[in-house]
Amino acid sequence: MTWVIHILNGVAFGMLLFLLAAGLSLIYGLMRILNLTHGSFYLVGGYIGLSVMQVTGSFVLALIAAVAAIALLGAVIERFFLRRFHLDELPQTLLTFGFLFIFSDLSLWIWGGDPLMLNVPRLFQGSVPMGYYSYPYYRLFLIAVGLLVALGLWWFQERTRLGTMLRAGVDDAEIARALGINVSLLFTLIFAVGAGLAAFAGVLAGPVLSLYPGADFEVLIFAFVVVIVGGLGSLRGALAGALLVGILDDFGKAFFPQFALFTVFVPMAVILVLRPTGLFGRQ
Amino acid sequence: MTARLLAIAGAIAALLLLAALPAFMREYSVALATKMLIFALFAMSLDLLLGYTGLASLGHAAYFGVAAYTVALLVVRAGVSSGLAFPAALAAAAVTGAVFAPLALRARGSYFLMITFALAQVVWSVAFGWRTLTNGDDGMPNVVRPNFGFSLDNTAAFYYFTLAVVAVATLLLVGIVTSPFGRALRGIRESESRMQALGFNVWRYQYVAFVLSATFAGIAGALYAYYNRFVGPEYLYVIQSAEALIMVILGGAGTLIGPAVGAGLIVFLEDFISSMTEHWVLVLGVIYVLVTLFAPRGLSGLVNDLRRLRSAK
Amino acid sequence: MTALVVEDVSKNFGGVAALSNISLGIEPGERRVLLGPNGAGKTTLFHSISGNVVPSAGRIILFGADITRLRPDRRARLGLARTFQITNLFPRLTVLDSVLLALDGASGRGMQLLSLTANDRDRDGQARALLDRWGLAEAAPRIVRTLSYGEQRQLEIALALAGRPRLLLLDEPTAGLSPAETRRVVTMVHALPRDMTILMIEHDMDVAFELADRIAVMHQGRLIAEGDQAAIRANGQVTDIYLGAD
Repeated sequence: MTWVIHILNGVAFGMLLFLLAAGLSLIYGLMRILNLTHGSFYLVGGYIGLSVMQVTGSFVLALIAAVAAIALLGAVIERFFLRRFHLDELPQTLLTFGFLFIFSDLSLWIWGGDPLMLNVPRLFQGSVPMGYYSYPYYRLFLIAVGLLVALGLWWFQERTRLGTMLRAGVDDAEIARALGINVSLLFTLIFAVGAGLAAFAGVLAGPVLSLYPGADFEVLIFAFVVVIVGGLGSLRGALAGALLVGILDDFGKAFFPQFALFTVFVPMAVILVLRPTGLFGRQ
Repeated sequence: MTARLLAIAGAIAALLLLAALPAFMREYSVALATKMLIFALFAMSLDLLLGYTGLASLGHAAYFGVAAYTVALLVVRAGVSSGLAFPAALAAAAVTGAVFAPLALRARGSYFLMITFALAQVVWSVAFGWRTLTNGDDGMPNVVRPNFGFSLDNTAAFYYFTLAVVAVATLLLVGIVTSPFGRALRGIRESESRMQALGFNVWRYQYVAFVLSATFAGIAGALYAYYNRFVGPEYLYVIQSAEALIMVILGGAGTLIGPAVGAGLIVFLEDFISSMTEHWVLVLGVIYVLVTLFAPRGLSGLVNDLRRLRSAK
Repeated sequence: MTALVVEDVSKNFGGVAALSNISLGIEPGERRVLLGPNGAGKTTLFHSISGNVVPSAGRIILFGADITRLRPDRRARLGLARTFQITNLFPRLTVLDSVLLALDGASGRGMQLLSLTANDRDRDGQARALLDRWGLAEAAPRIVRTLSYGEQRQLEIALALAGRPRLLLLDEPTAGLSPAETRRVVTMVHALPRDMTILMIEHDMDVAFELADRIAVMHQGRLIAEGDQAAIRANGQVTDIYLGAD
């Protein structure tokens, strides 16, 4: 039974990672940008959700506010800063890193250094009995939400025109424009969606993980690992990678506590060495 | 011809200036200058790989940290003389580079970035987790500085030692990048396929560049271990690798002197700004954003642009 | 010994047959032109010969040596040089550095980690002489990406020639050039020594007929005609395909 609990925990954590990795992968797949600010989107999103919930008491409002605010922030960053450095990796790296620093310090300034947690929304409080144990409803909710988002993104990618454009890779902006695609709008939109997903993850994570200074860097590293394992630019890869990393991390923490991260990093390195593009990566 | 003479003259002047530093600066500043030199070397080592060969690594701290840990382990755990630990540390960094290179070189671009990150994280997690060997998160104190007949415990003495080592290393690096090998690296950076068509075994060149780059990073790592008299897992962490990357980009990749200045500047700014406000991370972030907007090719790019503007008039 | 033998070479890209059973032989010193409409597989054939693409079947033999599975750089060291259809130069390097690299590559002296000035001056002279022959002497200190398209195409060829190759592959050397520039390239190619074998892809019929000893025509991945100029002109299939083409 403990195995089931561990797997469920791993999957729940994996779902959060999936939300992050999906955003990162989407942005990379379309714009070839490795967005280092992604960690900030998660943490600041979580913090905003926390504040909104403290004021209104509504989890739903918290989610909406956080996602909207961060999506807007993402759109602004893409439109007014990243836009100029299309396909120029080094300035992009310096820029997104700079923003990561800025938001890291600002969030410390605004929300302080103590770890904060959101209250579990009333609807999902309590747990469901499982043999000798009971498993929190909220984590099951996380798994469900993650699956829903995965399905939604899959449907969007496979069944809508916009999705087809994205899948086509839009490797050449010229060709894309010739096909009538508003590339500028698409870029901003996708960056905003990616950022919004990260914020979504941040608020959802609030009740189970805490929000604290440095979480942005840590979660960014996890997101990187997921995207490495799963493959850049692949939605399937983001899901597979996230679940794998989530479960490995949980087992690692449970059975090899001081080597915990080792159980995540070694499989990652092994996979990379065997398949440099990750499990489902392109090229 | 005159450009070369000018460069040599400038280098000698800089060296003299640096040598005179302890005479008119307080001890704290001399120590800071030592740190600036160490990271200048670290940044230059990464520039060889990134700026000259075109391979952006997010795991350079691995070689930096392996060298530092080699020093600490040999001196603290094995009682080896500190001076002898230095070449051992370089060898360790070189070997790590030699082992990681074939793995990392299976990829290019963003994938290369991610593999180098992954490999460094594995090393970090070993240092972090293997408490009995490395003390894990607590790190290893009591790393003694080498004694070549005279102690290096004095700040100024250690500064001169560092200056000498970094100067020699820099000379070697300059020799490498101005050699036919260096030119080949730049060709590879510009077009691997063209270089292959011209008869170059591109992989072999990238391999050698990788190992050289790792070795020079190792020199910096060993120096840093001596400098702090302490080694901890943060030497290996991705943040250290990211910092090196930022130093190179800020200074201007592919120029050697750009990254050296970029590193010195960042080390200095971190110290200076943190003494003025606790929001130094915010200030640094803003500086990075501004530099990207106004000097996307880094500081050396900015200097080049200004020079071109002036000659155009 | 034949300079180049392409023996029953085929190449499939996931179900699409880019090359089907191509066989041809080129004698030393010959000037062979490869003609064919777009998509005929000419550049794929070039890639197979230069090593950028590995054939699905068949062999490639260069001066008696089987090079089918060799890497491009090994082939280059065996005396094979090529230009690319889409200009493939070193954008941020100087013209001089580009030629020096070409010379280093050919002589295998690139691995020198510390420079020796005597050698440098020698190589420098060689490089400048080569540039001079191609009318690029003044361009030596310029950054490659600042060159005009025509100058870049000339540099492409100059680089390929730096190592005095035994077999030279020219991929559409006159594409996009002005009539004057085209003239210059044709004159230069004409003047190349007969100890060099040349295989060329050309779209410009006049250039092709002016330079070719023999012509090979490709269509949809197959070799459909081979022979001297008269034979090709008389070939009904060829004229069918090319009716309307320049």
